[in-house]
Amino acid sequence: MLCATSRLLAAREASALPAHPRGRAPAPRSRRRELHFPGHPELPPGDFLVGRFTKPSVPTGRRVILRKGRMPPAAGGGLAGSELRPRRGRCGSQAARAAGRDVATEAATARSPKRPALPSSRRFEAAGRWALLALVTLTSFASRFHRLDQPPHICWDETHFGKMGSYYINRTFFFDVHPPLGKMLIGLAGYLSGYDGTFLFQKPGDNYEHHSYMGMRGFCAFLGSMLIPLAYLTVLELSRSLSAALLTAALLTFDTGCLTLSQYILLDPILMFFIMAAMLSMVKYNSCANRPFSAPWWFWLSLTGVNLAGALGVKFVGLFIILQVGWNTLSDLWHLFGDLSLSMVTLGKHLTARILCLIVLPLALYIATYAVHFMVLNKSGPGDGFFSSAFQARLSGNNLHNASIPEHLAYGSVITVKNLRMAIGYLHSHRHFYPEGVGARQQQVTTYLHKDYNNLWIIKKHNSNSDPLDPSLPVEFVRHGDIIRLEHKETSRNLHSHYHEAPLTRKHYQVTGYGINGSGDSNDFWRIEVINRKFGNRIKVLRSRIRLIHLITGCVLGSSGKVLPKWGWEQMEVTCTPYLKETLSSIWNVEDHINPKLPNISLEVLQPSFPEIMLESHMVMIRGNNGLKPKDNEFTSKPWHWPINFQGLRFSGANDTDFRVYLLGNPVVWWLNLLSIALYVLSASVFAVAVQRGAHLPVEVEGLSQVLLRGGGQLLFGWMMHYFPFFLMGRVLYFHHYFPAMLFSSMLTGLLWDTLLRLCAWSLASYPLAKCVHVLGILSLLLGTAYRSPGPGPPKSDGRAQVAGIVGLLRPLRGLQPETRTFVGTASCGASPRTLQPWRKQPEEPVDLHCLPARNPLGSTAALLLTEAPPLALLSHKQLPSQPRPP
Amino acid sequence: MLGFLQQPVMVTAEVNLNMVALTAVGLLSRLWQLAYPRAVVFDEVYYGQYISFYMKRIFFLDGSGPPFGHMLLALGGYLGGFDGNFLWNRIGAEYSSNVPVWSLRLLPALSGALSVPMAYEIVWELGFSHCAATGAALLLLIENALITQSRLMLLESVLIFFNLLAVLSYLKFCNSQKHRPFSPRWWFWLVLTGVACSCAVGIKYVGVFTYLLVLGVAAVHAWHVIGDQTLSNVRVLCHLLARAAALVVLPVLVYLLFFYIHLLLLCRSGPHDQIMSSAFQASLEGGLARVTQGQPLEVAFGSQVTLKNVFGQPVPCWLHSHQSTYPMIYENGRGSSHQQQVTCYPFKDVNNWWIVKDPGRHQLVVNNPPRPVRHGDVVQLVHGMTTRLLNTHDVAAPLSPHAQEVSCYIDYNISMPPQNLWRLDIVNRESDTDVWKTILSEVRFVHVNTSAILKLSGVPLPDWGFRQLEVVGEKLFRGYHESTVWNVEEHRYGRSQEQKERELELHSPTQVDIGRNLSFMARFSELQWRMLTVRSDDSEHKYSSTPLDWVMLDTNIAYWLHPRTSAQIHLLGNVVIWASASLATLVYALLFIWYLLRRRRRVCDLPEDRWLRWVLAGALCAGGWAVNYLPFFLMEKTLFLYHYLPALTFQILLLPVVLEHISDHLCRSQLQRSLFTALVVAWFTSACHVSNMLRPLTYGDRSLSPSELKALRWKDSWDILIRKY
Repeated sequence: MLCATSRLLAAREASALPAHPRGRAPAPRSRRRELHFPGHPELPPGDFLVGRFTKPSVPTGRRVILRKGRMPPAAGGGLAGSELRPRRGRCGSQAARAAGRDVATEAATARSPKRPALPSSRRFEAAGRWALLALVTLTSFASRFHRLDQPPHICWDETHFGKMGSYYINRTFFFDVHPPLGKMLIGLAGYLSGYDGTFLFQKPGDNYEHHSYMGMRGFCAFLGSMLIPLAYLTVLELSRSLSAALLTAALLTFDTGCLTLSQYILLDPILMFFIMAAMLSMVKYNSCANRPFSAPWWFWLSLTGVNLAGALGVKFVGLFIILQVGWNTLSDLWHLFGDLSLSMVTLGKHLTARILCLIVLPLALYIATYAVHFMVLNKSGPGDGFFSSAFQARLSGNNLHNASIPEHLAYGSVITVKNLRMAIGYLHSHRHFYPEGVGARQQQVTTYLHKDYNNLWIIKKHNSNSDPLDPSLPVEFVRHGDIIRLEHKETSRNLHSHYHEAPLTRKHYQVTGYGINGSGDSNDFWRIEVINRKFGNRIKVLRSRIRLIHLITGCVLGSSGKVLPKWGWEQMEVTCTPYLKETLSSIWNVEDHINPKLPNISLEVLQPSFPEIMLESHMVMIRGNNGLKPKDNEFTSKPWHWPINFQGLRFSGANDTDFRVYLLGNPVVWWLNLLSIALYVLSASVFAVAVQRGAHLPVEVEGLSQVLLRGGGQLLFGWMMHYFPFFLMGRVLYFHHYFPAMLFSSMLTGLLWDTLLRLCAWSLASYPLAKCVHVLGILSLLLGTAYRSPGPGPPKSDGRAQVAGIVGLLRPLRGLQPETRTFVGTASCGASPRTLQPWRKQPEEPVDLHCLPARNPLGSTAALLLTEAPPLALLSHKQLPSQPRPP
Repeated sequence: MLGFLQQPVMVTAEVNLNMVALTAVGLLSRLWQLAYPRAVVFDEVYYGQYISFYMKRIFFLDGSGPPFGHMLLALGGYLGGFDGNFLWNRIGAEYSSNVPVWSLRLLPALSGALSVPMAYEIVWELGFSHCAATGAALLLLIENALITQSRLMLLESVLIFFNLLAVLSYLKFCNSQKHRPFSPRWWFWLVLTGVACSCAVGIKYVGVFTYLLVLGVAAVHAWHVIGDQTLSNVRVLCHLLARAAALVVLPVLVYLLFFYIHLLLLCRSGPHDQIMSSAFQASLEGGLARVTQGQPLEVAFGSQVTLKNVFGQPVPCWLHSHQSTYPMIYENGRGSSHQQQVTCYPFKDVNNWWIVKDPGRHQLVVNNPPRPVRHGDVVQLVHGMTTRLLNTHDVAAPLSPHAQEVSCYIDYNISMPPQNLWRLDIVNRESDTDVWKTILSEVRFVHVNTSAILKLSGVPLPDWGFRQLEVVGEKLFRGYHESTVWNVEEHRYGRSQEQKERELELHSPTQVDIGRNLSFMARFSELQWRMLTVRSDDSEHKYSSTPLDWVMLDTNIAYWLHPRTSAQIHLLGNVVIWASASLATLVYALLFIWYLLRRRRRVCDLPEDRWLRWVLAGALCAGGWAVNYLPFFLMEKTLFLYHYLPALTFQILLLPVVLEHISDHLCRSQLQRSLFTALVVAWFTSACHVSNMLRPLTYGDRSLSPSELKALRWKDSWDILIRKY
């Protein structure tokens, strides 16, 4: 059974020279010499751009044993380990990827006085390990659940996610920019713990009163507490060192930031849980690589897939861990592929297994969460308008559900017009003018995502103003190519366009509402066209894709998708585009249709299929995410702020309560992490260069360097994957986005310091001294971490003193210093702002004067810096920075 | 002794006639009728104004790229004796006689022409045949888009030139590495690589991608050098240091040099002054320097100052107040304190003057000797013209209700006490001193009673506030942000205690003389930062396109149209070359993956040296295409077809490489090989034919009839202008 050892051989293969066919492996002695032979002309194939990292340094005897192939099951995996260490776990925990590491651990344990001679002491040590794990878990649970019920009011984004949990319980449809799994779990937790979904979750600071919120908080705190044992096990697996794992667990337990973030109804603990679980199962499955297709191998592989689906199902940030696992799998496959002892059939099996477990399974689970999401949410709710007409017909309570409306448009019909591009919304107008300096001072026309009376328009003939609904007149249908007028029902103004530049898209024309009681001018005339139809055809509700072409200027009505400034109520801009490119944003369909003179026809609305729904909801989510842009002059968190703990986030700091909760990392932990990353890069490159130069490292150092390069490399990669992409993101960023990366850097810190201390200890000749150095080093790091951390209790209620203490440490950072004094004043706008506020049906009336600024007729600075559009057809795309005009 | 006379003086020269011929045709194609059209073509309108600024030595700020490219264009103008007097206001405008069009367009045309022989050299240095090398050069020669872009005052062709130069010199360096490291030739090419890289970055920021590619390849090669155990440790160290110095340190220095020359040349104040900080403006001739020349340096109690906001968004402005008061009731029904407005005003005005007052004393003049104001001192700010004190209190600001209103206090005799004490917080006291200095000190005003911070919110007030910008007391956010920081711009010591005299004093300009200078690094870092952050006005353009349109040339740009006839210039590529280059990239990628997988299974289709050559060609050419193309998918600015040209150049270099590889390794029999050669010849002929057909749109020299123009519109998405008579 060659495949049993294949993984081990593969690892070896990577380091061996390619020219030797496997059958005729030379004696290891000569092989080793050859490897260090200077200037060997041959490069490993495909390694042109890849460095060579590993060197085999296996004594003859071991090699012979390995080549026997079949492992006795009791031996677990790696040979050396099973000989010398107690078995732990099902999956041959000592299985090693490289022989060098085995030898190193062997040598390391050989020196240990605890070397188990008797089975009883072995059992004792195993029990000790379990006890340690239990201790770590208990501490983390104790710290996370301590005073979990405080503060008994909504903190920060609980207002969003708690509310969404309630939506699941009430089964009303809503829209959010994140995938549904996290909120579904919150809803489930609430449901199971007896929360009835009646609390409104209006704004941060509202008291929960009699509503049961502990179930939801407890669920998040539970997952948040699980992070620490997961990190502990991951580091243990990567470094095989209890002290490194303990150090990591301590770093995370005593970090105030992780603590605070784990205690509230947020998506982050759920997301971090799945990320860490995916990481752990990936590492575990790597360890099982020497026994492919065994039960533990399958278990960990499929568990990785499940956790990936979970991570992606909570937030799209989960994509980063998917990329990391994907990269790991690719390099894994690459090694297998280079192993000539594996047949193509075996390779095919490997590949299929990975595709099944890491692609098909997560995808199926991810889709399943959506299926549940759409199945549970079957009532019309605040999220309807974000979706297409066809989609809405599924929701009970929506006016399109089981609707019957007239089929063909006729003059006099009252209609709503919806843009075909996703998440643009309905053509809308309201009793507000464009501010001065923005085109003509006429009534605004926008698109709006919510259902509203202001979305209603009446189709009229262009040349007569007589009421077409007069029963004496015959019904006249609108046909393709007709010239019509659209009158806004509420304000009786006509849809109008003219040669003025649009407010945001300067090259387009402005669209306004014009005229009094329906009488305007010839700029109100539009030609209605159906895409791909012949002239003279009638226009169907919902089905027909129509274009509105302005008769005089020849431009096409469309929405640019840009969000108007405050004067436009942050609705979207409508323009008339002179470039006749056929894009979805200039195509519309008719959704509601009211005409008493026409018979209602029960529509067999094309029910969208499930893939269509999936696609549509993803488009809407992506647009929603892109819409979360920082506004001008707003202080936003920048990614470089995060690792240095520059500034925290206020979770709760309302005037009327005593509770102040502030999300801020423990500076000792965070700055140690930062230092460790630099130190890691330094030490890893020293080792890599040494190996590349062919230096002969002692066996122990070689083993440690493998831990550093392999295990540490994975963690560093994880940190980079979860941190650097944020520099490219245009959306609003918050401090809490850093926490997944922070988990990885804490694990790296634990692994690095342990390895470095071991190296230090090794370099000292005397054995007790070496032991001393290692133990003392780890202890001082543990104590240093615990220093200044506010103990197991969260920094709340009496948090003023504690937070002050932490912040006092941060005094060198200039931005933070006065923060201790700022817990006064209005903080009712604490939640992270979302431009999409689905529960507001009538945004014309600002809901909360504290949060929304007053009406501002001048609008954005764009108005101030207005420049003339060059009149030529040939335009340069660049302009000088504009000069301000005198106000 | 005179033995050398015994030998004849010999000069042995090897002239590669291929190179000479290619250079000659290259020059011919790029320089022919260079001064035609004698009108502003497309983005010349944009670069031209900067040339004028250079000629007049007026400071400007352009966020689109570093100054080296602009300077090169200006060099052309300087050589042609351009005086900068031309109004670059619209495309199509006729050049006046003082504009040396030919010499202005010369440098881009030369670099376009020299790219042709350089392509030859690159493919040759990559280890492919002369035939492939000539093919690459010919393809660049007949590529219409490259010709159009080189013949105008535009920067893409110069950028392409330096990109190719960087790659070429790195290849030459690499090849001499094998034979004679540390020879003069080795050093020359290594240094040239660094210089060419920084020139590419100095022309446009996108040049940084090619630089990173070269750095990446150099890093891989250096890693092999480290692994080479025939070399001693010291020698390896020397190798690494030499590379680091030439490829990292040198480019940085050269980049700084560009800015040094830029700032040396542009010494006069100009229209973009306002964007820069006061200290920067003061370092230019004229403008603010004339105003601030000779002001006292240290602000003392009794000083008269104007306070400029450091952030300067949306427009640079000064703290301002005037007689008008806040309206009792705002439009939304909220109330105000009805006290005197305090705003930020973007123009110089007598109402911008404030007097720094010691709260303990009554006098508004400076003592002798002056008592300087220091960090942490509590001051009052008296508005010069109305003598009211700057005040803030717990009343919501007009447009930012979460912040406090800032006003000048009017005593209405109601229960609203004045709260007009401010503590001075000098932000940059560590790098400077803790004495408040004009221009140099950046200060924050922290309100003593409420610890609010004086901040520019940047929102324009409605009509009652005359559209000036709102100033508030920020109490939520205490961190550092530029909008809470102010600096003194104009400053003088107050002399008169009487209000009337003081008003006269305020109206008079400041005098006295103290020189102050800003170091080059300070000016550089400020200028670079502003260039990167200046908000460009990105709007839709008729000819803008998306990166996906570029690969198959689904778009074009109309550059110029003759005012009367229908002669026109378009940026329009040779479709045959574009399509086949994209195809070649695809073929390369597939073949590469195939070979790589097979090698992993120990099946070596290619001999080792051939494989390395194949990989290096791919890393540089396909890699060059990828790094110059893929990042555009992430960019949010308006994109145009010409952004693709650097990537296209690399792609064209890959084309003959792939063809030669197919003919050498994939055609098994002689018959197949001859067939393939015939196909290649036919394909090349068709490319030449297409190039010739599009020539009128490239040079704009011939007016085509509407039917001919319609016939040229091969794709519906091409926008070719047809006059309606």
